[in-house]
Amino acid sequence: MGLLDAGITKHNVLVTSVDNVLNWARLSSIWPMGFGLACCAIEMMATNASNYDLERFGIFPRSSPRQSDLMIVAGTVTMKMADRVVRLYEQMPEPRYVLSMGSCSNCGGPYWEHGYHVLKGVDRVIPVDVYVPGCPPRPEALIGGLMKIQELIRMEQIGLSRADALKKLAEKSVDPQAVIAEERKAVGA
Amino acid sequence: MAEGTVISQSVEESAAAYAIIREQFGSAVSEFDGNATMPFFEVLDASLWRDIALFMRDHARLKFNYMACLSGVDYFPEEKLGIVCNLESLGVLGHRLAVKVSCPRSGGAIPTVSCVWHTANWHEREAYDMFGIDFAGHPDFRRILCPDDWEGFPLRKDYKVQESYHGIKVPY
Repeated sequence: MGLLDAGITKHNVLVTSVDNVLNWARLSSIWPMGFGLACCAIEMMATNASNYDLERFGIFPRSSPRQSDLMIVAGTVTMKMADRVVRLYEQMPEPRYVLSMGSCSNCGGPYWEHGYHVLKGVDRVIPVDVYVPGCPPRPEALIGGLMKIQELIRMEQIGLSRADALKKLAEKSVDPQAVIAEERKAVGA
Repeated sequence: MAEGTVISQSVEESAAAYAIIREQFGSAVSEFDGNATMPFFEVLDASLWRDIALFMRDHARLKFNYMACLSGVDYFPEEKLGIVCNLESLGVLGHRLAVKVSCPRSGGAIPTVSCVWHTANWHEREAYDMFGIDFAGHPDFRRILCPDDWEGFPLRKDYKVQESYHGIKVPY
């Protein structure tokens, strides 16, 4: 936070809203639960490791749901596991966020038709804030999803419901294709 | 097997092992099938399966000390359920042989061999979990993969998945 440092070293006054400060603090230290269910968990671990280094976002896995802000559902949720996922979610303190990582936890993935044992989407048992597509998603995609969670936190205000924050986030979303086209034009490709 | 066909040494060894079992149990076991991938015979009288298993494990010239796998099979048209056991004499005589045992689809049972090879304990639980085969005398007979309150046996040919589990919709 260059701005903050400059503000303090020059003995200036920094004016902001409580919402902003609270949100900045929360989105800079999202602690996910260290919890993986299948191959997506391998990508999640890779994202946590030094190459992608999630700790630069203040994200590092906690080993207890009671200390976590975020649940990354990384992998296939079986019917047997569904009860456990709900129990873990219920143990997390509010405000809590859920990121569904990969096709399996989004919608059942390759098991959608013949996988008798697979829950067809973790949103059937717990509310999901951000879905990351992929089978499994690359670390870049997971980081994209986590940044989406950060944006969601930035949208929140005291007295504003999660549904409203999600609506605000959707309204603010930019079509990436337009940005890509613009960038391409800028470099003359 | 057609005359003049060259059979591999390993199948020959399996055939020799089979001959000893045949000599002991006679018509309780089927003819030998020299399948090159996994030579096998069938147990025609399922009630003798545990005796055959013990005989195969302990006979000085058989010494099948290792159960590599036990799989379940649903012979749907014949109204039968069965198992295939891949046995091997690991590090002793080196030969291998598969044994098939079957029982009627409804009300039938196959004697457990978990007391003969401990590997069979969990494998039989899996066969029960997936096919609903009853293993008589099993020491810890319950599902191993599906939840305890799951309905039906998923790998049966006529399996239909349940509509809901603990209030959660199961089909897509």
